[in-house]
Amino acid sequence: MPGLGITYGRGGATTNLMDLQNADCIIIQGSNMAEAHPVGFRHPMIAREKGATLIHVDPRYTRTSAMCDIYAPIRAGSDIAFLGGLINYVIENERYFRDYVLNYTNAATLISEDFRDADPAGLFSGWDEEKQEYDPTSWRYEGMPLRYAAVGGSQGAIFGEAGEGEDHAGELHAGRPRPNDQTLQHPRCVFQILKRHFARYTPEMVERITGCPKEKFLQIAETICENSGRDKTTAFVYSVGWTQHSKGVQVIRAAAILQLLLGNVGRPGGGVLALRGHATIQGSTDIATLYDVLPGYIPMPDVAKNHNTWRDYVETETAEAGWWSYFPQYAASLMKAWYGEHFDPKDGKLFDHFPRISGDHSYYPTLMAMKDGEVKGCFVFGQNFAVGGPHAKLARDGIRNLDWIVVLDAFEIETATAWKLDGVDPEECGTEVFLMPSALVSEKDGSFTQTQRLLQWHDKAVDPPGDARSDAWFVFHLGRRLKELYADSDDPRDTLIKALKWDYPTQGPHDEPDIESILKEIGGYRTDTGKPVGGFAELKDDGSTACGGWIYSGVFAGGVNQARRRKPWQRQDLVALEWGWAWPMNRRILYNRASADPEGKPWSERKRYVWWDGERWTGRDVPDFEATKPPSYRPGPEDRGVDAIPGDGPFIMQGDGKGWLFAPVGLKDGPLPVHYEPVESPVPNLLYAQQRDPTARLFFRPDNPYNLPEDPRFPHVVTTYRLTEHHTSGAMSRWIPWLGELQPELFAEIPPELAAEEGVRNADWVTIETSRGKIHARALVSDRMPVFRFDGRKIYQIGLPYHWGPNGVVKGDVVNDLVPVSLEPNVAIHEAKAFTANLKRGRL
Amino acid sequence: MAVRPKDLWRKIRSHLGTTVEHPVSPAGRELRARIKDPGVKKSVSVCPYCAVGCSQLVYHRDGRIIDIEGNPDSPINAGTLCPKGSATYGMVVSPHRLAKVRYRRPYSREWEELPLETAMDMIAERVKKVREESWEEEDGRGRRLSRSMAVASIGGAAIDNEENYLITKLFHSLGFVRITNQARI
Repeated sequence: MPGLGITYGRGGATTNLMDLQNADCIIIQGSNMAEAHPVGFRHPMIAREKGATLIHVDPRYTRTSAMCDIYAPIRAGSDIAFLGGLINYVIENERYFRDYVLNYTNAATLISEDFRDADPAGLFSGWDEEKQEYDPTSWRYEGMPLRYAAVGGSQGAIFGEAGEGEDHAGELHAGRPRPNDQTLQHPRCVFQILKRHFARYTPEMVERITGCPKEKFLQIAETICENSGRDKTTAFVYSVGWTQHSKGVQVIRAAAILQLLLGNVGRPGGGVLALRGHATIQGSTDIATLYDVLPGYIPMPDVAKNHNTWRDYVETETAEAGWWSYFPQYAASLMKAWYGEHFDPKDGKLFDHFPRISGDHSYYPTLMAMKDGEVKGCFVFGQNFAVGGPHAKLARDGIRNLDWIVVLDAFEIETATAWKLDGVDPEECGTEVFLMPSALVSEKDGSFTQTQRLLQWHDKAVDPPGDARSDAWFVFHLGRRLKELYADSDDPRDTLIKALKWDYPTQGPHDEPDIESILKEIGGYRTDTGKPVGGFAELKDDGSTACGGWIYSGVFAGGVNQARRRKPWQRQDLVALEWGWAWPMNRRILYNRASADPEGKPWSERKRYVWWDGERWTGRDVPDFEATKPPSYRPGPEDRGVDAIPGDGPFIMQGDGKGWLFAPVGLKDGPLPVHYEPVESPVPNLLYAQQRDPTARLFFRPDNPYNLPEDPRFPHVVTTYRLTEHHTSGAMSRWIPWLGELQPELFAEIPPELAAEEGVRNADWVTIETSRGKIHARALVSDRMPVFRFDGRKIYQIGLPYHWGPNGVVKGDVVNDLVPVSLEPNVAIHEAKAFTANLKRGRL
Repeated sequence: MAVRPKDLWRKIRSHLGTTVEHPVSPAGRELRARIKDPGVKKSVSVCPYCAVGCSQLVYHRDGRIIDIEGNPDSPINAGTLCPKGSATYGMVVSPHRLAKVRYRRPYSREWEELPLETAMDMIAERVKKVREESWEEEDGRGRRLSRSMAVASIGGAAIDNEENYLITKLFHSLGFVRITNQARI
């Protein structure tokens, strides 16, 4: 998420599971770690054994809550109010880590005179009522030019999260410091803006909005302050309970800001750990199968940007300072990996044939384009979106309007059977379906990138059954066939497919492509000798290197598959540098230069991690810093690239080397987090006149109606969640009798007071309805669902696990049929963690 | 440095912070799984479910998987697996698994079986046809597009990095830009 990317420079989790053992306090919010990531939860439990305090903040009381020292209930969708309250507490009580904040964040930087904060209307300066979007010009650092060489999507993304095109800090340059106030007193310095912005998030207001008792809130605030500073660190853990909101990015921003204020980033036992939901969801953005980025967060060529020619593209995307200054090296090496001798970086002519994007072609617009007949064919690689995504009925309608769909899966998932679901007469549905049997993980070689950016290789144990094949086999042989079909074409539109370098060695009776050769290409090699490069610093823009994904460069250093290293943990330090390989360059805690003070000495003996030994950076981890750049180094105004980052700038992906409390560019919904209610909410926004995130992306179509705020027909808040025994849409769990037996049936978790009002007893059928659809479920009447009092009214929440569908050995209604397509403005994530519905007894 | 079962149990007890009874009877503890049988091989894998990335040991003999367990060497899971991870074996050997291509003709009520190579040829032909019918060389303002918007690719978070790489490499080279997966960035 750009929440982390904009604040720190990269979108990946800053820390790792093992490092949670070093924490003095762990706050888990927006995650039910004990049930959704059960084995990961062993690390907080070990921390607790060692004396750490564990805190859980969540709309539901879960097994995570049960294992924590403190549980705070909050109404679903009110996280920013809670985190804003913590930020306010830290600032008002002067509990921030002053040396860290002053040196490693942009707290002292002055912001433009034109900037106006969001209160009381809830809109920042730059709001364009007609366009319903912000012009972010007034959010900039004082003295920053209005138009600068941009780093765009790429920078947004290394971030791991696409920012906005021309809106990144190309001209930020530590060698040319902006006006600032080291006393942090100037009314326009970031620190004072932050202080004023969050002043209204008082403990009383936190209680009113979130429903969390003030005493509980204050106990948590005091606990995290006590457990932060030179000697102690607090870690934050989150998951989709934070991201799946119409303001999800700003929720994470709020936590990221708080961690900077407390001085917890880049240090052992600190940081922000994002718990991702799929085996390689991190990998699928790193080596992206996304419309707007190429592998390594290289931005997709875009007609809206100056990407006309190769030269335009490279000039537009190259930053002046930091690691994005080497964009020409990364992009040329990618083109060499894909097109070999057909791509010459001197003229870059082949780039003319590369496809361009022209707007939002992401998942939801694509679904709607399917339904509207604009998409004819679809490939599906291990995603059961007929069940697993929001407004799943829209997805099934979309599938039924395709000419053909190719589904690669191990089971007969719903996505392959839309033609016989929803009571549709198959004879009315013209979609041609190819359901290709696929290999499972233990039947193929390959690597996953898990939640902490760690690549782990899995070995093929046996052949898959019958005609089942790996997805690599499918794509490789499809590509081989298409290259043959186009071999004789002289049409310019076929130039790229003809130029495509597609010569992987194959092996075995089924001609499986050699997977290690693909990883080697991703990691990069010299085009003359074929020898793997040691890392991205070796990449060149003259065609002498090829590299399919520069951030993974080094994964094949020395000709060794680094992702396949498996030195037992008992025989190495807890950091476990020899288990798998983490990007970038096997660094396990990002920004770890911040674990030392500005002079390079550990902040404390207890929190020693990476330090300057007089000649180089050293310590327990690979330094996330140039190894021999001394702490005293200061760039000159003409320095470029990493030379423009000072010796005390731990956030090396940011042009100024600093963590961003205030985001002068890069976000569509404001430079600071603001509490807005969810798009669908039963209550008004108590803090601002603006009810919801003004930039949330809504789709006003007859097939995607919304429940209006405070609509009495939909009085309850729904929050969806995962169970331990099933996985997302159930494609990999509803077919397994063991798991089906453990969790056989869909249920709706509701509080006893709501059950009493509706005359519902435990295990009764209930009907839950939104304006999109309705589902039937068994009631699970449980005290675990807190009831909130909101200005005298009772607010009930309904918890719904979303794993069921009509196929499989255990079946149930599709919870996602209830969820609206209402999207976060920066990343287009949907709002499944807080929307409204009604509930009635019986199967209506 | 192998952990002896006795020590392991002591460790588990200390982690739980309780004094529960050993869940397996003394007689049961003497049983040995088939993984010790002659001819059984062991491969290292990764759990296919969530993103924690638990390491798994896959035991197999004569080309068949006979057991999947947690890998004690992993710093992440140290030999443990959750209920889903523990059920990986059940997924691999499930009788519901597909081993043949299923093909559904337009307007048909039934699945048919297709030979794999036939299906691959048919898919390649369809890709070529829709690509040619929907090609956009430039937009209304004369800006180069070089693409087709009529083919979508969905999925990626449950397949390998190398597989995602082949998808983005091939599909972009065909001019397809509607590429998306479970992640939002």
